[in-house]
Amino acid sequence: MKVTIDGIEIDVPKGTTILQAARMIGAEVAPPTMCYYSSLKTSGGYCRTCIVKVTQGSTANPTPMPKPVASCRTEVMDGMVVENTINKDVLEARKGVVEFLLMNHPLDCPVCDQAGECHLQDLGYEHGAATTRYEFPRREFEKIDIGKYVQLHMTRCIMCFRCVKVAEQLTDNRVHGVMHRGDAAEISTYIENVIENDFSGNVIDVCPVGALTDKTFRFKSRVWFTKPVDATCDCKKCSGKVRLWMKGEEVLRVTARKDQWGEAEEFICNTCRFERKNTSDWKTEGPSPIHKSSVISQNHYENLNELKVKIMKQQKALGFTPFDKRP
Amino acid sequence: MGRKLLIHNDHVPNIHTLEVYRAHGGYASVEKALKTMQPDQVTDEVKKSGLRGRGGAGFPTGMKWSFLAKPEGVPRYLVCNADESEPGTFKDRYLMEKIPHALIEGMITSSFALGAKTSYIYIRGEYFYVARIVEAAIAEAYAAGWLGKNILGTDFSHDCYVQVGGGAYICGEETALLESLEGKRGNPRIKPPFPAVAGLWGCPTVVNNVETIAAVVPIVNMGGEEYAKIGVGKSTGTKLISASGHINKPGVYEIELGITVEDFIYSDEYCGGIRNGKKLKAVVAGGSSVPILPTELILKTAKGEPRLMTYESLSDGGFSTGTMLGSGGFIAMDEDTSIVKNLFTFSRFYHHESCGQCSPCREGTGWMEKILKKFLDGTANESDVDLLWDIQSKIEGKTICPLGEAAAWPVAAAIRHFKHEFIEIAQKKKFVDISHYDRLNKIRA
Repeated sequence: MKVTIDGIEIDVPKGTTILQAARMIGAEVAPPTMCYYSSLKTSGGYCRTCIVKVTQGSTANPTPMPKPVASCRTEVMDGMVVENTINKDVLEARKGVVEFLLMNHPLDCPVCDQAGECHLQDLGYEHGAATTRYEFPRREFEKIDIGKYVQLHMTRCIMCFRCVKVAEQLTDNRVHGVMHRGDAAEISTYIENVIENDFSGNVIDVCPVGALTDKTFRFKSRVWFTKPVDATCDCKKCSGKVRLWMKGEEVLRVTARKDQWGEAEEFICNTCRFERKNTSDWKTEGPSPIHKSSVISQNHYENLNELKVKIMKQQKALGFTPFDKRP
Repeated sequence: MGRKLLIHNDHVPNIHTLEVYRAHGGYASVEKALKTMQPDQVTDEVKKSGLRGRGGAGFPTGMKWSFLAKPEGVPRYLVCNADESEPGTFKDRYLMEKIPHALIEGMITSSFALGAKTSYIYIRGEYFYVARIVEAAIAEAYAAGWLGKNILGTDFSHDCYVQVGGGAYICGEETALLESLEGKRGNPRIKPPFPAVAGLWGCPTVVNNVETIAAVVPIVNMGGEEYAKIGVGKSTGTKLISASGHINKPGVYEIELGITVEDFIYSDEYCGGIRNGKKLKAVVAGGSSVPILPTELILKTAKGEPRLMTYESLSDGGFSTGTMLGSGGFIAMDEDTSIVKNLFTFSRFYHHESCGQCSPCREGTGWMEKILKKFLDGTANESDVDLLWDIQSKIEGKTICPLGEAAAWPVAAAIRHFKHEFIEIAQKKKFVDISHYDRLNKIRA
């Protein structure tokens, strides 16, 4: 099947979605995603960030689709023509979606463990506006404790449903889900239950924001001060292929290995994730590939002095007086 | 007097019982269809009749039926959407309350046409007493052999069940209804696949409105061609209109599609004019989600032709000067009505009923309500009107199901036709009393 995305033609097998086809072409034309996760069935379609315009339905029926469609849940047809980054309406609509997603988000990035690898940060940076037009108090939720491993920060949640799909598809019993509706909807366990099963830790990896974070890593370090290393172990429950986040010789955090799109390649078990925090538990393979634009690969702040000089130059150019130099 | 096909017997005492209903010609369509017709012939009659879905979208029913996939060995279902929750619409309740057997008769005949052995009537949670009436009627029908095995001695067997919803507007969206019917959270599904291919429990399913299914009865009885003679153009047959607002005679009226809007509002047969001798200001013609129109545009189209109560005439001019027939929730407002206050009520409803699945609707509906509250509080600025317009444009067409549009359209139309009212409130910082809503919120809490 031939499909054209932003003027680039590609041949894809039947059943491919527009998003998958766009990802095959490359990151330049791939729409951003917040809720779609290729390894989770029925995920996607909720956040609406990946909407694109179909200007030609197919060769057989060339009429354009009347509304923008969610590219993650729309399969391609032969001869389909899709516009993503070249269509002004799509970019404007996406900007709107980003605004909606950020509207009730607390923007507490300075104290959020997800900062630096947060998909909402990237999305806001690439597609959002500099200021908000929302002037009302942001939504808050009462804190609930869901166990010793996973920290739930419901206020940061953008309702992507990924963790619910993990619970449905990876773990034995689904012990959490969505309660209430509309903008009062929240991820929760019924009557403050604890999430306990071998693969529940994967909800941390699939969470695009800092709503579900690792309690064993909480406030230990900013991610960009840690060094990702791929490692393996002989695990009976999972593949044992993980990514260690090291500071010196210390293993601060264990996560699944993530691909170019920020999705876990293979889900790992809770023992690997939370219990194996010694270097002796692991066989290292070498440093993980991290995209050069990621904050994580910014030299790990090894050349701090150089950076200080750079920042001071920038501040001078902007006419900014550092706090300690102010009268 | 216009012809009535659905509620012509509503005045008959005890018409809700099988005995009286049968004495007035009830269940004739089942006899005719099962004994003298093939299932495809019934579908053909419905196609010929030009019947369009009465739930709001106006999609041709015969075409919907013909889309139903018919794989071997897979059950098919007919589901009746009785989750009538649109503010301003109450026709289905009237029909089920008064003549429940009309619905059941339609369910049997339609199921025969579709080859469905099981059908469900999904009634909204707030209509619990209506569910009891329908359940009692179903029990009567079972006892008399109209439901169950080998109806009228033919091969056709059929079971019909009532399911009561939990009280969510979103469950009136057909795929959310199916989810709810399956016992899950009532979230709309992402389409495709459409219910005609994979509906209830993944099987081919047809979801029809109460009135649509009830209309199959006269179509089978009188023949599709005869039915199509009523009405204008592609709007055939009769339609139940729930008339409410500042009119002399609110209620449910059965009209022949094609009468003029002016006739409907001012004639004594229907609404009987605006109450207290006031002037008409605006009309919401098809339930709260359709665009509101000022008097001059609802009585006459932009071209100056009289507007008719048909799908085409009401949508003449698109959204810039037209509206929709929708589900037939006709709300008339007199000259004293505040459009802004009315819009706040609508927006508050859609905010409360958003399911929370997709971001534009989940966040946008609440935002619009909060801004409209500012107008009522007298703290709004003129720029808030533009902000409202921008928000609604970013919700419309970007959501999974039509609830996003239902929330966005009334806002867009109110700003389009009554922008001066918003500006006036913003300039004067005029306070409109809404203590009524505060009281309501207290009761709810």
